[in-house]
Amino acid sequence: MITLNLNGQDHSLDITADMPLLWALRDVAGYRGTKFGCGMGLCGACTVHIDGRPARSCITPVSAVVGQAVATIDNLHHDPVGQRVQQAWLETGVAQCGYCQAGQIMSATALLKSNPAPDDQQIEAAMVGNLCRCGTYNRIKSAIHLVASKLQETQA
Amino acid sequence: MSTSLNDFALSNLSRRGFLKGVGATGALVLAASWGWQGAFADEQKFGGEGMPHGVVDDPKVYLSIQADGSVTVVCNRSEMGQGIRTSLAMVVADELEADWAQVKVTQAPGDELRFGNQDTDGSRSMRHWFEPMRRCGAAARSMLEQAAATEWQVPVAECRAQLHKVIHQPSGRELGYGVLAVAAAALPVPARESLRLKQPGEFRYIGKEAMRAIDGQDIVTGQAIYGADVQLDGMLYATIARPRVYGGTVKSFDASATLKVAGVLKVLEIASSPLPSEFQPLGGIAVIARNTWAAIQGREALEIVWEEGANASYDSIDYRRTLEAAARAPGKVVRSTGDLQQAMDAASSSLEAGYYLPHLAQSPMEPMVAVARCKDGHCEVWAPSQAPQVTRTRIAERLGIDFENVTVNVTLLGGGFGRKSKPDFIIEAAILAKAMEGQPVQVQWTREDDIHCSYFHTVSAEYLKAGLNADGMPTAWLHRTVAPSITSLFAPGMTHQGAFELGMGFTNLPYAIGAVRLENPEAVAHTRVGWYRSVSNIPHCFAVQSFIDELAHAAGKDPLQYQLALLGPDRQIDPRSLSDQWNYGESPERYPIDTARLRGVMQTAAKAAGWGRELPKGRGLGLAVHYSFVSYVAVVLEVEVKDNGSLIIHQADVAVDCGPQINPERIRSQFEGACVMGLSNAVLGEISFKEGKVQQSNFHMYQIAAMPLAPKKVTVHLVTPAGDVPLGGVGEPGVPPIAPALCNAIFAATGQRLRSLPVAYQLQGWPAKQAQS
Repeated sequence: MITLNLNGQDHSLDITADMPLLWALRDVAGYRGTKFGCGMGLCGACTVHIDGRPARSCITPVSAVVGQAVATIDNLHHDPVGQRVQQAWLETGVAQCGYCQAGQIMSATALLKSNPAPDDQQIEAAMVGNLCRCGTYNRIKSAIHLVASKLQETQA
Repeated sequence: MSTSLNDFALSNLSRRGFLKGVGATGALVLAASWGWQGAFADEQKFGGEGMPHGVVDDPKVYLSIQADGSVTVVCNRSEMGQGIRTSLAMVVADELEADWAQVKVTQAPGDELRFGNQDTDGSRSMRHWFEPMRRCGAAARSMLEQAAATEWQVPVAECRAQLHKVIHQPSGRELGYGVLAVAAAALPVPARESLRLKQPGEFRYIGKEAMRAIDGQDIVTGQAIYGADVQLDGMLYATIARPRVYGGTVKSFDASATLKVAGVLKVLEIASSPLPSEFQPLGGIAVIARNTWAAIQGREALEIVWEEGANASYDSIDYRRTLEAAARAPGKVVRSTGDLQQAMDAASSSLEAGYYLPHLAQSPMEPMVAVARCKDGHCEVWAPSQAPQVTRTRIAERLGIDFENVTVNVTLLGGGFGRKSKPDFIIEAAILAKAMEGQPVQVQWTREDDIHCSYFHTVSAEYLKAGLNADGMPTAWLHRTVAPSITSLFAPGMTHQGAFELGMGFTNLPYAIGAVRLENPEAVAHTRVGWYRSVSNIPHCFAVQSFIDELAHAAGKDPLQYQLALLGPDRQIDPRSLSDQWNYGESPERYPIDTARLRGVMQTAAKAAGWGRELPKGRGLGLAVHYSFVSYVAVVLEVEVKDNGSLIIHQADVAVDCGPQINPERIRSQFEGACVMGLSNAVLGEISFKEGKVQQSNFHMYQIAAMPLAPKKVTVHLVTPAGDVPLGGVGEPGVPPIAPALCNAIFAATGQRLRSLPVAYQLQGWPAKQAQS
């Protein structure tokens, strides 16, 4: 048994230590908001937060996250910045098929927490590893700027 | 190609209608069991009526109202990002006079006798279902008004539905939809002719901005259910080792190491199908396990000896030479207007060029995945399918059970782009579930599986030659297209393009040129060729729009002015006069090609882009225009080629005339996305084969556009056409003009003409070299 802290709760899971976090989340713990896209850390669909940092769960073995806090899209609406990102995604109409958007939102939330007012280049640098086959990149950028402007309003 | 096939009849039908036509030759006898009318009976039907099982406009099928007033609309089309679940519900809700906040959507299972045609492809969901869904809403509104009139004992003419309630106008009395629902549902559905549809000025949602996306909240919170998110008690997880060469089979295998992997439960062989394999699984060895990771690891431990078969020599470098040689020799003439030879002989000069486009894989972000459960002779599946009815048919045939005993539930699709029109991956899940009687089985494809075993966009060589007059305008036009055909999936010996492929920007060339000859030499398929968003428009548009730009520059003329001159006077062209017997399945009378609309989108895009303005060094503007899926699209891209060969797309102006706009916000999003997908195709996309196998494996080798390649600014300009024109397609027509606009812009920026795709590796190094020379 391996104990993981997932979305603020400890879960004891009957899994091997080499299992990527993605499959532990999806198949065993039942958190299915995190998506499988490539299995090689190339597309970002599986992005989660590990101790607040964005990470690709498809190439992160569960043994590497024991004792760390894993957060997924399933619980993001409890996060104040995450909630704003989700709201901005809706207001901007970002999603098309939506499959990659859990990962996009997790990456964007991590970016905005470390840099509340990113410029276009910083957004591109932070989001370059999150692929979207529907091509929603321009709206993702707009939505991130929208969150940034609201975060600044709050601070002002 | 078999001469017994009636190319017109085949191509005039839908994808499955097309199959039925093949079946009529005996090549695919199973097709006869589909149970709908003969292929030739539908010849005179167009649009939704011409599709298998046609359209249904019965409100009792498509909508229900609960006692609390909530309205549930059934969506019969698959949602894959185009927003159809929202847009069709908007249409019903508008005619129903429903409060949008009280509208929910449920997804129809595969059942075309009940729901009409469900094939979500061809950019036709809204164009075929707008009117039927309006009628559903209007009929239900009328039934609610009648129910209120009966309740009040007043003439129905005094009762008017308005925003979720019926008002008795003389007295001001009101009854909510929830209260009226039961009585209304008991009434007969009014006749189609008696319905009072809204006037456009009365629309509440149709054509309006910023409607709440039905699935938006679920998507941003991770609660939306895609194929892999279906969770059933006791579900098992499977991966499959498939033959990498098309037609390969398992010679022998050893699963002993696999069975030692923790969590692996069972190893099963899936039989391969004889070629051509249509929608059948490729076969191979399946590993069934307690979780996906165990199934992946178990598959890696398999020892398999493959019999590669006849396609093991497929080599993309050799095949390109074969295609290009075929394009330089005469082939089957598919359109001949005027006397080409005479016009070529009389021309003052001529220009010729060849273009090449490689295979592509759709690679939606959600790899293929399906869940199935078989019990007591029934099979139920859950899958991200663009084609639930044919999925149901093929599962019934493969498992040897009745069609009625197969249920196909459609989940959200994490992208489709044509790949999920083919149910091979869903049939796999059904086969394994049958073997594991009673236990649900999920088949998960990895990204490598997706890239190795797609139904690939065709590979194509295009050859063009123009005879030019003293002004540099073409008086003679020869174009050959050579590409393995999608028809090769369905019958042996299919070496020519079908009319539905030729009708995608080839035979329906609309320009005013005196002599035109279009040829389609033979090409043999060595892999599964399938529909890919916008299909054969990709090579045809790339070749034609690149070549016109070349002609303009050769003539020393501005490409926009040259394009406008080439288009000639405004006119409506009957597609049949261009040898296009297909016309996207639409009536040639209702859907002529309107050159004024082509002109309109070109002028709109050019004006918005500031066509003709001075640009910094290394930047250029490129224009392309194209008619596809009965819509008109023009694109101007502003491109910068850096000294290191990297590209920056500074601006994209996309002008779209798709007829009346139902959900403009989703239309813009589709064209924004198509622009990015078009850039993926043009800059990065290439699937190549060696020894019969795809050389790329994952997104590091088969690259798709990431955020930095997207235009820094993209604007979609929706052009509202004059007069009463019908709806056009939206999902696909944004893709074809992107690649030629890009290459035309690169030429404007650098003076270098790129005639083959993808362009990324061709750019590396050469701008710097050019500067030195």
